[in-house]
Amino acid sequence: MGEMADGELVQLLTPEGELTEHPEYALSLTSDEYRDLYRDLVMVRRIDAEATALQRQGELGIWASLLGQEAAQVGAGRAMRQQDMAFPTYREHGVGYCRGVDPLRALGLFRGVDLGAWDPREHNFHLYTIVIGAQCLHATGYAMGIARDGKVGGDDGEAVIAFLGDGATSQGDVNEAFIFASVFAAPVVFFCQNNQYAISEPLERQTRIPLYKRAAGFGFPGVRVDGNDVLATLAVTRKALDDARAGQGPTFIEAYTYRMGAHTTSDDPTRYRIASEVEAWKLKDPIARLKSFLIRHEHADPEFFAGVESEADELAAYVRSGCLAMPEPAHSTLFDHVYAEGSAEIDAQRASFTRYQASFADGGVR
Amino acid sequence: MPTMTLAKALNAGLRKAMEEDPKVLMMGEDVGKLGGVFRVTDGLQKDFGEDRVIDTPLAESGILGTAIGLAMRGYRPICEIQFDGFVYPAYDQIVSQLAKMHYRSQGKIRLPVVVRIPFGGGIGAVEHHSESPEAYFAHTAGLKVVACSNPADGYTMIQQAIRSDDPIIFFEPKRRYWEKAEVAEAPDDDWYPLHRSRTVAAGTDCTVVAYGPMVKTALEAAAAAHGERSLEVIDLRTLSPLDLDPVYESVSRTHRLVVVHEAPGNLGLGSEIAARVTERCFYDLEAPVLRVAGYDTPYPPARLEEEYLPDLDRVLDAVDRSFAF
Repeated sequence: MGEMADGELVQLLTPEGELTEHPEYALSLTSDEYRDLYRDLVMVRRIDAEATALQRQGELGIWASLLGQEAAQVGAGRAMRQQDMAFPTYREHGVGYCRGVDPLRALGLFRGVDLGAWDPREHNFHLYTIVIGAQCLHATGYAMGIARDGKVGGDDGEAVIAFLGDGATSQGDVNEAFIFASVFAAPVVFFCQNNQYAISEPLERQTRIPLYKRAAGFGFPGVRVDGNDVLATLAVTRKALDDARAGQGPTFIEAYTYRMGAHTTSDDPTRYRIASEVEAWKLKDPIARLKSFLIRHEHADPEFFAGVESEADELAAYVRSGCLAMPEPAHSTLFDHVYAEGSAEIDAQRASFTRYQASFADGGVR
Repeated sequence: MPTMTLAKALNAGLRKAMEEDPKVLMMGEDVGKLGGVFRVTDGLQKDFGEDRVIDTPLAESGILGTAIGLAMRGYRPICEIQFDGFVYPAYDQIVSQLAKMHYRSQGKIRLPVVVRIPFGGGIGAVEHHSESPEAYFAHTAGLKVVACSNPADGYTMIQQAIRSDDPIIFFEPKRRYWEKAEVAEAPDDDWYPLHRSRTVAAGTDCTVVAYGPMVKTALEAAAAAHGERSLEVIDLRTLSPLDLDPVYESVSRTHRLVVVHEAPGNLGLGSEIAARVTERCFYDLEAPVLRVAGYDTPYPPARLEEEYLPDLDRVLDAVDRSFAF
């Protein structure tokens, strides 16, 4: 991993919790707003920790942890306006939280009771996409639709934000999305969380240049932001979304961060990275730096922090009990929704399946 | 309506669909000014504008992926894949996204996307321009797959496909693009449903099932056999879901079945049809179901395609073999 040259990284809050200035990105928040961001970060980390625990106890098949990436996701999620649409990967639990999606909906997918079937329109948060990068094209097409609806350049502008990781930048679909977005000036922001690893493969297996510099080749701006700095991420994403809504086309954001945990609960990162690297990134923790800032500048008192902790405890309990209480899907739902307009063949298979199950003494009921 | 070529009939059907619904979009490579390499979209961009008839970057996965996004936004995109052999870069978007989204979302997302693919050989083309990839798509749950065989069907089926809320892979027999026939305005939407096969020649001795370019071949075989043997020809039209009731009924009378397609025989549509007919019509059959198909080779150089492709003689040979059992 090459060291970054000075000035490349947009940062508004240092790892030590001091505000810094950036010539292009200013952000002035009230104490309430700072505290809200802190609360978001803590809640998101707590959901993630609880889900990891649930997987370890056999209640989830797998979990993709966002540990370390909370600021990138909260910054991006809170930069969105209500009318904007998000297209996540399978790790954007923090963005979903910011959009108001019940965390249990994501757990349904990882528990295996559904395929993540929330209504994307309810919170303008699309379904998780597991095939790497595929959603970037959906986001771009959706943005092309926004342009055709005349929802750019005016007060009622809408924008799209597509989430992707560093590994996804090698995918053909992602590069095709960049091209379509560029030539059609689609109102879409590509938000790449560069967490340094694609499962085990380090960034040097995906690129020889900083990822944000790729954008220039496609003809739109690329920005690298400190992804562990919620303030900078918020400011940079807000600007990119504003530009998109105003009809200025796409922006690529590289949120420079680190995946503190494993790729998923099935992974063992000790096989491919050294402990000292992880320790170095711990010093850049997104929550600790905001907490230092809040305390030092008296934006929050101990009661606030205690309140957030107890709120997080409640949320964790909700996630746990909600997960355990999820109903098993009824057997015959296997055949539901294959087609919007139905299929006689599927109907026949469902009938045959039902007859087969009924042939058991217990009626095939689980 | 007048007599017109298949290409013109498809063009007329696309035009009508675009007139009726402003959400219908056409997208693909060279579909705008050029009107498509087969001119199926001729004149559409001039009349409907660049926002509705979109010349896309040269990237098939990009075409499909952005069409999915447009459909999520409420549009009804029609994607033109320039040639059969160029659909594979879009395969992941079709199979993993387009096909599965309705199921994944428990019906909350509908993707009314039509993927038009000129398919099949017989035009003396270079490699990748003569393939028959329909089985790949028929094998995939969540897609519906159809093939038109003549101008009248081309005109109505494309409109029905566009109106469908399910994703549809729409195969067009490119070697029949320039063949003319009478095209009639459908009396109403449901006069002949999209997912229904059709008996196109009545017969009593042997049933021949074909679709796309091979329907004409089968009809020519029936004409050639006339006076000696009476062949019943069924145009399958819908490859997924299959509509085999007319085939079962026909086989119950003729007791023999030959299935014809250009695609390789191994695991092709003919294999599935043979299996189903065997399950349903076991005691009606006087002979095994026979397949006349492309060989299990890559599509050969153009100078060999006459040998590769099923033709009238190979169909009649299969009929003879059926009777020899």
